[in-house]
Amino acid sequence: MQQTGTDRVKRGMAEMQKGGVIMDVVNAEQAKIAEEAGAVAVMALERVPADIRAAGGVARMADPTIVEEVTNAVSIPVMAKARIGHIVEARVLEALGVDYIDESEVLTPADEVYHLQKRDYTVPFVCGARDLGEATRRIGEGASMIRTKGEPGTGNIVEAVRHQRMMQGQIKKIVNMAEDELMTEAKNLGAPYDVLRDIQQNGKLPLVNFAAGGIATPADAALMMQLGSDGVFVGSGIFKSEQPDKFARAIVEATTHYEDYGRIAELSKGLGTAMTGMDITSLADHERMQDRGW
Amino acid sequence: MLKIGVLALQGAVREHVQSLEANDVDVVVIKRPEQLQEVDGLVFPGGESTTMRRLINKYGFFEELQQFVNKEKPIFGTCAGAILMARELIGDEDPFLKAMDIAVERNAFGRQRESFEATLKVESVGDDIEAVFIRAPIISNVGQSVDVLATFNGQVVAAQQGPFLACSFHPELTEDRRFHQYFVDIVRKQQPVVG
Repeated sequence: MQQTGTDRVKRGMAEMQKGGVIMDVVNAEQAKIAEEAGAVAVMALERVPADIRAAGGVARMADPTIVEEVTNAVSIPVMAKARIGHIVEARVLEALGVDYIDESEVLTPADEVYHLQKRDYTVPFVCGARDLGEATRRIGEGASMIRTKGEPGTGNIVEAVRHQRMMQGQIKKIVNMAEDELMTEAKNLGAPYDVLRDIQQNGKLPLVNFAAGGIATPADAALMMQLGSDGVFVGSGIFKSEQPDKFARAIVEATTHYEDYGRIAELSKGLGTAMTGMDITSLADHERMQDRGW
Repeated sequence: MLKIGVLALQGAVREHVQSLEANDVDVVVIKRPEQLQEVDGLVFPGGESTTMRRLINKYGFFEELQQFVNKEKPIFGTCAGAILMARELIGDEDPFLKAMDIAVERNAFGRQRESFEATLKVESVGDDIEAVFIRAPIISNVGQSVDVLATFNGQVVAAQQGPFLACSFHPELTEDRRFHQYFVDIVRKQQPVVG
């Protein structure tokens, strides 16, 4: 008797990614650079978030040709993004054999009310969250991995820090709370009660929690690890930097050795210019990707 | 107390640490090559094998690991770990540590959507071991001095050669500590008798 698509199999896949860096790539050549640098997985997409931001318009699932090209180029797992609530994009990516789907706010949402019923799929999903309420709602829908939303494509770490601090603080609060206070907290957070109860009993989220959205330097990656992230996604930070291969290697090493400051100093030398960053306050409300989804 | 290291470059490190600690050993999280000298046994956790071998080379672990193998210090490799220990990898890739006389085929069951769990009999460990297979390899060939511990649909998924133990699945993802206990016993037996 063998069972596919169980929680243990789907969440387990993310467990294997812990301590690692998942990199956005737009073609086979970038995928190979990422793999060579020690990425644990690649995210295949048509444009990195910074370019999506610059291009405007509607951002959709990548052309399947890109996904296939990337899949054929590397042996590490391949992830791809579907629009929030876009059932068919997700099913198409599943049919293509991608290893993980990111139901992502980086793309233009297809549904402003409902997220995907991720439990129905054999392929696992990762979803973004700004706080524990959002994270647990996605877990309730069947997400197998959580990441902070941050503010994608800005090269500014401030929002990812805000979201991870928020989540870690809320987890601590749940763990230390009396059991009879839990239902009210579930109401206040808009969180499924059962998921909160699980967190309280086990002292942690029931799945892996990565950081994403604004990581641009090795020090940024190490910072997110110190704040309790299990690993990091780097979107525009690598291939929008001056020397992508060097940046990729340095970010991987800083993620592994996030508390070894002498080493981070060494590996940060002579990397060239990081991607250009943006002040979050310069973004108009409609330009904030993190506010997509709920 | 026995000291067992978990190679902590990437992957399911925390789960292995917990499974080992439940078996009353001191666990060392290994991030630097010289730490290998202080442990009696080593676990290669599940993770991404391509990534792990790159990081092992890059961070200068290879020679220390080879010495570990040459001294016949016990190693337990799960999934990616089994790939690192094989003498031969099916396909065009070069083998890595060659600690065990086994040939391993990566992602033999397919991609993530084909990942699965099943209950298996593992020789000397238990009749009802819950095995979680994630983009798992199979052991497609074993040498004469290798003992097959478990098969799934006729494919070898766990094997032992003296102090070296490899399996395709992830005992660290379940609450069942028997497989780790089996490894701890191997490490214990390998200790020189004092007195």
